[in-house]
Formats: sequence, C-alpha cells, structure tokens
Amino acid sequence: MIRVILPQHLRTLANVGREVTLEVEGPVTQRSLLDALETRYPMLRGTIRDQVTQQRRPLLRFFACKKDLSYEPPDDPLPIEVTSGAEPFYIIGAIAGG
Amino acid sequence: MDVRVSAGVGAPYEEEQMSKVRVLVGTRKGAFILTSDGKREDWDVSGPHFAGWEIYHLKGSPADPNRLYASQSSGWFGQMIQRSNDGGQTWEPVGNKFEYEGVPGTHQWYDGTPHPWEFKRVWHLEPSLNDPDTVYAGVEDAALFRSTDGGQTWQELAGLRGHGSGASWAPGAGGMGLHTILLDPINPGRMFIAISAAGAFRSDDAGATWRPINRGLKSDYIPDEEAEVGHCVHRIAMHPSRPDVLFMQKHWDVLRTDDAGELWHEVSGNLPTDFGFVIDVHAHEPETIYVVPIKSDSEHYPPDGKLRVYRSRTGGNDWEALTSGLPQRDCYVNVLREAMAVDSLDPCGVYFGTTGGQVYASADAGDSWTPIVRDLPAVLSVEVQILP
Repeated sequence: MIRVILPQHLRTLANVGREVTLEVEGPVTQRSLLDALETRYPMLRGTIRDQVTQQRRPLLRFFACKKDLSYEPPDDPLPIEVTSGAEPFYIIGAIAGG
Repeated sequence: MDVRVSAGVGAPYEEEQMSKVRVLVGTRKGAFILTSDGKREDWDVSGPHFAGWEIYHLKGSPADPNRLYASQSSGWFGQMIQRSNDGGQTWEPVGNKFEYEGVPGTHQWYDGTPHPWEFKRVWHLEPSLNDPDTVYAGVEDAALFRSTDGGQTWQELAGLRGHGSGASWAPGAGGMGLHTILLDPINPGRMFIAISAAGAFRSDDAGATWRPINRGLKSDYIPDEEAEVGHCVHRIAMHPSRPDVLFMQKHWDVLRTDDAGELWHEVSGNLPTDFGFVIDVHAHEPETIYVVPIKSDSEHYPPDGKLRVYRSRTGGNDWEALTSGLPQRDCYVNVLREAMAVDSLDPCGVYFGTTGGQVYASADAGDSWTPIVRDLPAVLSVEVQILP
C-alpha cells in the first residue's frame, strides 16, 4: 500500500482527504505511482504531469523520506520506506506567487 | 441609424418580468454566479466556485442554458475544463488534454526567434449555437480546439495555425492567446476568431480552412503597419442579425467591417483614447456599440481616473460618455477583453467587470450603472444568460 499526500487544490479536485492510498503493480517508481494515482483519480490527469510530455509541472515537487526526489529519473525505484507504506510520498505545490 | 431587431434571430424580445438573469463571472481566484430577476435590481451571489484557481472564462450553451463550460487554470496545476448540467450548482471535470495536431512547429518569440508552440491555458470557451455537446476552445499558444462530446475530448482545428502565417505570429505582452470566437448564426460554417497579437481570421468551412481578415488595420508597432498579420486585436463583436458587420477594439483603434472582414475602417471618432479591451453590441440595436476607453501605453487604467463606458448609436465615430453610477474620480482599474456582456431583455442590459473586482450592471442600455458586487478578485470575464 502506497501512501500519497496531495496538495490542497488536488484534494478538492479529487474530492479526497489529505492522504490517499494506492496499490501499485510492479516496481514502484514515480511513473508507476503517478500512473496508479491518475487511473484511480482521472480528474488529476494533467495536474501533476503535463499530459503530452509527461514532465512534472514546474511548480510541483516530489518529497519522501525528507528528500527532494523531484529530479530523480521517473523510472528509478522509490525508497523502500515509501514502497512499504512506512513513509508517504508527498506531492507539494511550490510556495510561490499570489 | 435607428434600427431595432431581436438579438436572437427571429426570436421576440424577452420579457423582463418573466425572466431570470444569470451573470457568469470569471476571476483570478474563482468563478462567481450572480442571479436576479428581469428587473436586475436585487442580486444573489454564488461562489467562489473553484476557489483559488484562475477562471479565464465560463459560458453557457445557447441550446441548453443549464449546460455551462468553465476554463479553470493554475500556474501550479495546469488546465482543467469543468462542465455543469444544472446552471452551475454542481460541476464535473471533463477532458483537459489539448494536444496540437502533428508536429507543433514554432512561432515567433518576443525577440523574433522561433519558439516551439506550447499549450498554456484556455482563454475562451464558445459553446455551439445548437448542440450543447459541441464547444470550441481558444487557447494559448494560439490555436483553436473543438469538442463534440461535451468537453471530454478535444481536437485541434489545425487549419488555423497551418494556413501559412502561423510561424510568424508573436505573443503580445499578455501571451499569444486566441481570445475571441464568433459563430455566424446565419451562414453555416462561417466563424471568426481573433488572436493577440496576430489578428482576426475567418473560416467559411466550419474551421477546416482559414484566412486572415486584417485589411484596413494599421498598427505602427509592427514593421509593416498594414501587414496581413501581426495586429494586436483585443476583441471583436457581432450582432447576430447582421453577422457580416463586425466591430473591433484593437490595441489602439476601434474599427468596423461591413463585409465580414474583407475591409476594416476606423470608427474611433471622438473617443478620449482609442485604446481599450472590450467591445460589445446592443442586443436590439445593431448600430449601438459599447467600449471602455483605457489609457495606454502600459498605464491600462481609465483616462483621468474616470471610469466611463462610451456608447455609439451610429455604429461608431460619434460616441457619448456614460457615467451615471460609475466612479468619476480616483478610479484606476482596468476592464479586460472578456469582461463585458449584454443581455437580451428589453431594455437591453449591459454588464462589465473590472480588475478591481467590481461588476457593474446597467438595466437601461448603459444610461445608468449599479455595482452588483464590489470586492471580487480581479475580473477576467463576464457572460450573461437570460433564463425562462
């Protein structure tokens, strides 16, 4: 069970609470986690990654285990603490602008 | 010229006593829905919908007024399209994948270098005149998309970018957005669009092919001031009974064409400044038009701190200032291009919103104005519906 913490606007959009849990088949990577998230909550498609390029939106960051994973390759395995459910995977909106 | 016709082709004037008015307001931080009866005196305010998101535009279907579409966007989370089937009481997200057809290619960047076409946001949503599930989207970087399944999927009408001049288009200061879509209610397949800063374009085959319609425009901020494209058109407007007559507010100059864009001529006349963003046409008087002059370059607030709507009853050139109820001192707001609308009641109602968060309404064709709300976030768009 993978735990994902969403920023406020995406919680509203998906009509969920602060944390959602996902089952991810196969290796748990940023890509497979986001694929699973978008499959379960299709209204989030395009809000975290560009739908055409699949690039992370520039004002979002991915944190886990007190590390910034935003620039890690999307197919690299996520930390064992995330895959085991001990730690959540954070999707964070940058503190920027008005 | 004293001409009065119905706004809906062949439809009678709508009775103010029997009607309900719904004003759809898009702002920098959400959408608001303002409702009143036909007297347009007492208003209910609903919102914010999509709090915290930029709502560039929301508009109802002429074929089903309870079908609304909204463009919801954010610098963090990108573009969403929302749809309502109950007049804005509830909403559901629909498709938000806007993919340029084929290899997107390049347009000009601010420094004149080629820049890849990149989707940023939807500026304008124009529902079909007769099918609630068909809707057009004008986007930045400038392109036209269409959905025929209620917004679930979007296909680019790529003949616009591909007609030949697309590679030479360049953004204005606010981006390169396709902001105006006018559907001709009389000539099937004819539609008009406008892009900042490329100009106006017309299709006669339902969007398959396009050509520029900018002859007569003069813009001294481009190397050839009478070039085929490159003009910063801010808005064009049409009366549905006379779709060959268009009015334009350009980045300097108010113009009209009487032949569907074959040739434009200036009708700025006695305006205090011919810069501005909005332009609209009275619902029952096709020669009565409205603009809000704005001081430029770069100030972008009303001249002398006086917020004045100007009305011409002669299709331009002769303008009168409408000031009753509007602030006539210390007013430094802007009125953006999507932020004016007219209703089809008699007398015609006129509405506009400001970057200061006011939405003003006139129930007497502009003679007097009252703020419906004063303290919304900056207003990006205003549309109005008349409901039975």
